[in-house]
Amino acid sequence: MKRGPAAVEFHRVVKRYGDVTAVDDVSFTIAPGELVTLLGPSGCGKTTTLRLIAGLEMATTGSISIGGLDVTRRSAAERNVSMVFQSYALFPHMSVVENVAYGPSVQGVRKARAREMAMEKIALVGLEGLEQRAPSELSGGQQQRVAVARALVLEPEVLLFDEPLSNLDAKLRRRVREEIRELQLSLGLTVAYVTHDQEEALAVSDRIIVMSNARVAQIGAPRELYEAPVSCFVADFVGAANLIPAEVDKADGELASVRIGPCHLKLAHRGIGPGKAYVAIRPYRVSIGPPCCGNGELEGHVSKVAYVGDHLEYGVRISVPAVELIAIVPEPMQAFAKGAKVAVKINPTSAVLVPADQA
Amino acid sequence: MNRTPRVLAATGLLAYIALPWYTIENPSLTSYPFGDEGTALGLAIMGTWWLLPLALPLLLCLCIALRNRPDESCAEWLAVLGFVGFAYLLAQGFAVGLHGWNAEWLNALFGAPGPKQQGMGFGALVVGVALLFLGCRGLAGMGWCRGDTFIVSSIGAVGMLLALFVFYPVATILTSAFTDDKGQMAIAPFVEKITDSSIWGLKCLGNGVACGVAWNTIVLAVLTAFASTTLGLAFALIALRTKFRFKAPLRVMTVLPIITPPFVIGLALILMFGRSGAVSGILFRTFGVVPTRWIYGLTGIFIAQVLAFAPIAFLVLVGVVQGLSPALEEAAQTLRAKRLTIFRTVTWPLLRPGLASAFLLCLIESMADFGNPLVLGGNFEVLSTKIFFAVVGAATDQSRAAALSIVLLLLTLIGFAVQQLWLGKKSFTTLSGKGDPGLLMPLPTSIRLACYAVAVPWLVFTFAVYAIIFIGSFVKAVGRDYTPTLASYEIAFRVEHTSFGWFFSGSAWPSFFATVEIALLAAPLTAAIGLLTAYLLTRPDFHGRRALDFAAMLSFAIPGTVVGVSYILAFNVPPIEITGGALILVVCFVFRNMPVGMRAGTAALAQIDKSLDEASLTLGARSLTTFARVVLPLLRPALTASLIYAFVRAMTAVSAVIFLVSAQYNMATTYIIGRVDAGEYGVAIAYSAALIVLMLVVILLIESLVGERRLGRRPAMSNVAAAPT
Repeated sequence: MKRGPAAVEFHRVVKRYGDVTAVDDVSFTIAPGELVTLLGPSGCGKTTTLRLIAGLEMATTGSISIGGLDVTRRSAAERNVSMVFQSYALFPHMSVVENVAYGPSVQGVRKARAREMAMEKIALVGLEGLEQRAPSELSGGQQQRVAVARALVLEPEVLLFDEPLSNLDAKLRRRVREEIRELQLSLGLTVAYVTHDQEEALAVSDRIIVMSNARVAQIGAPRELYEAPVSCFVADFVGAANLIPAEVDKADGELASVRIGPCHLKLAHRGIGPGKAYVAIRPYRVSIGPPCCGNGELEGHVSKVAYVGDHLEYGVRISVPAVELIAIVPEPMQAFAKGAKVAVKINPTSAVLVPADQA
Repeated sequence: MNRTPRVLAATGLLAYIALPWYTIENPSLTSYPFGDEGTALGLAIMGTWWLLPLALPLLLCLCIALRNRPDESCAEWLAVLGFVGFAYLLAQGFAVGLHGWNAEWLNALFGAPGPKQQGMGFGALVVGVALLFLGCRGLAGMGWCRGDTFIVSSIGAVGMLLALFVFYPVATILTSAFTDDKGQMAIAPFVEKITDSSIWGLKCLGNGVACGVAWNTIVLAVLTAFASTTLGLAFALIALRTKFRFKAPLRVMTVLPIITPPFVIGLALILMFGRSGAVSGILFRTFGVVPTRWIYGLTGIFIAQVLAFAPIAFLVLVGVVQGLSPALEEAAQTLRAKRLTIFRTVTWPLLRPGLASAFLLCLIESMADFGNPLVLGGNFEVLSTKIFFAVVGAATDQSRAAALSIVLLLLTLIGFAVQQLWLGKKSFTTLSGKGDPGLLMPLPTSIRLACYAVAVPWLVFTFAVYAIIFIGSFVKAVGRDYTPTLASYEIAFRVEHTSFGWFFSGSAWPSFFATVEIALLAAPLTAAIGLLTAYLLTRPDFHGRRALDFAAMLSFAIPGTVVGVSYILAFNVPPIEITGGALILVVCFVFRNMPVGMRAGTAALAQIDKSLDEASLTLGARSLTTFARVVLPLLRPALTASLIYAFVRAMTAVSAVIFLVSAQYNMATTYIIGRVDAGEYGVAIAYSAALIVLMLVVILLIESLVGERRLGRRPAMSNVAAAPT
């Protein structure tokens, strides 16, 4: 039963509940030893995808393989996969050590040996001394560690996390996600990790699968998603983005000439043909200043100003094209009041062309 | 694919070859394996050709299982072979009867009379179970229910049991009502029977002739339900909204109806108000009131039923009154409404759905009640007693019993449907589990006094009723001779020391031991099936879940007398011939009482996060292990509740079992009814008192062991009534 971390492969997997399609034609591969995040808004099918890996849901069509073995029709108990649940799902009638030893003991491992295995993992997550406690006597963070230890104890081929941080407070979240990442790297685990928090996803993942409306929107490394989103949805979901309607005139080599209102620029065309498109700019890359030269600038006025401590957040209403931009400016040399006329300059290195179809 | 299919197929085949196929009256092995005690194979060789095809699916399944390749098409074959084989097993059982073909069209097709056979026996049982589970294993292999064999097999098994022991008997009653003496389909006689003037007649409105029995039932039920609900509400308000000092007796009152055999109250009323009753005697001596038979009839049954069912209404309404958020009344208070105004405009409207629910519950209980009308009815007949006399009376008429059963069934089902569908959604009470802040408002003075005026005399009356049973069992004859004596107990429970050892020579012992034996057999089975069904209804997602739920609840809504009649009609003849023994009594109890375990289980499971099961599954525990090690330990309170309930109900039930008892298996309740019939009141009440005390001890013992506090006669219904589903 014991094998190293294994690859997970989804091939055209569809999951339907009656008329509702929860997962629609999803294909991807998770390489052994890789941490892949399933990211998306609630209801996008990411948790269903995770449960399909676990065998807690059965695919309607398509195939799933783990470690090269087709497991599409195998029940959860027959797959070498463990899961850390959002609610942790610790058995309330068992102590910490009984919880962790549950896996081996139901596999028929002798009691003493199962306990030994459990103690080893309890030590790994740093909970020695608490093994006789009931789950209800532990703090949220400790319960989470028990859940991780319990999932690790069988040394599964794949470890699944279903929003493991959602029940922790903000400060703890940061620390625990770093611990999970360290654990994954040091043990070389294959991990699938569900979250709706893009920051969390960017911080821990080797690769991210962004899902939207039951489909895969984009798969890629964090930097890829952030800097080269393939759709407006991804651009906006993975770190907020300003989406400005634009017109692609013609593609010329790597670059395309793009028109945004009165302003013309050259951007990498990334396979987008002539026609309508969007230009995505991250809020903190929007540079605003007093209107000066008129060329290559978008004119507008400040519609909102918010002081957020270490930076200012401006809302800028552009007149042509009619759009409202968010600009995040580190404590500026020059502050603008609400209603002030400003110009937005678009730097080609900080803007990305995004296709229009999914706006 | 693991070993399961191989084991199943091999077991089935072995049973086919080696186990006697039919039921055997007196095992002797003289005709084994080719004669009456023959195995399927032996009989098939000797000419019972219709058993031959059964070998085919078993053999094929074994071949597939032995090839043992994890292949989806294998699973499909198993599913097809298993279910086709099982269907064939049932089909041949129903087609070939005791006297030839069971259906006219078979006679026409193959010629009368056709082959004959007896009821299925042990061999058929094992083969059937093997085929059913093979089919389920196949479906699991195809990915049904997340590929979980345990779940698919459980669904298969529970579904099959419900079909066999709930739907099939009801279907038998329907067909039996639709057919005439010659077995022909007959609509006109059926309509005639159903609309008979003895059922629906309204002559009593004009002159003195008795009304139709259906009207009797309805009038009695409405009166009882109205009175019981009123009393129940008064008790509930007193218990929760006043500083009444005698709340303990109220609590005791909620336990009494569970442990009291249904007719005992009727019996007590006779002892008080009968012609030689205790109260009648006092009235005669002091006021010269000549004792009459007024207690026999509508008045008597009404009083007895209200005594029995007011506590049930109380249980439902306590939940409802508790569920009212005090914040609502406080809100009204801050809007400067007076206390009486608040009661009228806020509290009362919020209580109304709960009241309607309690009303319907008592209505159903009253219509289904059999013990009290039997003891107190006199010339006043209701449907349940009429059914009984149509089966056991001088003029046995099964089709008439069937027609009456259908009328009663329809009446209770209508009440049940209204309660489930309409009120289930209408309830305003919320049991969120969060403590609602705020103080409960005391009742307005006028309402409080009204509650006391209704409740206190009734409480006293209730205790008088129970007192007379206990006092009566220790005197010579209630109403005439109050010399203390243990004679009644001696007749019933005498134990003699003879040269052969202790000898239980009391007349009650045989029925007592039989009852305890049956109750002990039925209780664990009832709890097991009830909790398993609850698990199936809350956890896996599968098609037909609603149907399963409906079937399980249906078995609860069917009045006991109807169950009794339908079981006689369905299980007195092959293919499933189980009347006249302990088995049919156990089966009857299991399927009548399992919905309570089921409801308790569903309520408890709703509190247990699904991810606990899933965590166990991903840790490699199969569903069976998960059920045993995670779910069951968390269900302990529900398990205890259903065990107690199943045991107590099996000890006290009378309506269904009175049709099903045999000389060997006479139940305590039917024995007592027999004593009442014979006028031996002393023995009857001594036995009743002993049963009540025994059950009280059992409940207190289990409660003190597990710490379960409350248990309703129909806790399921009170749950339904209190929480929107």
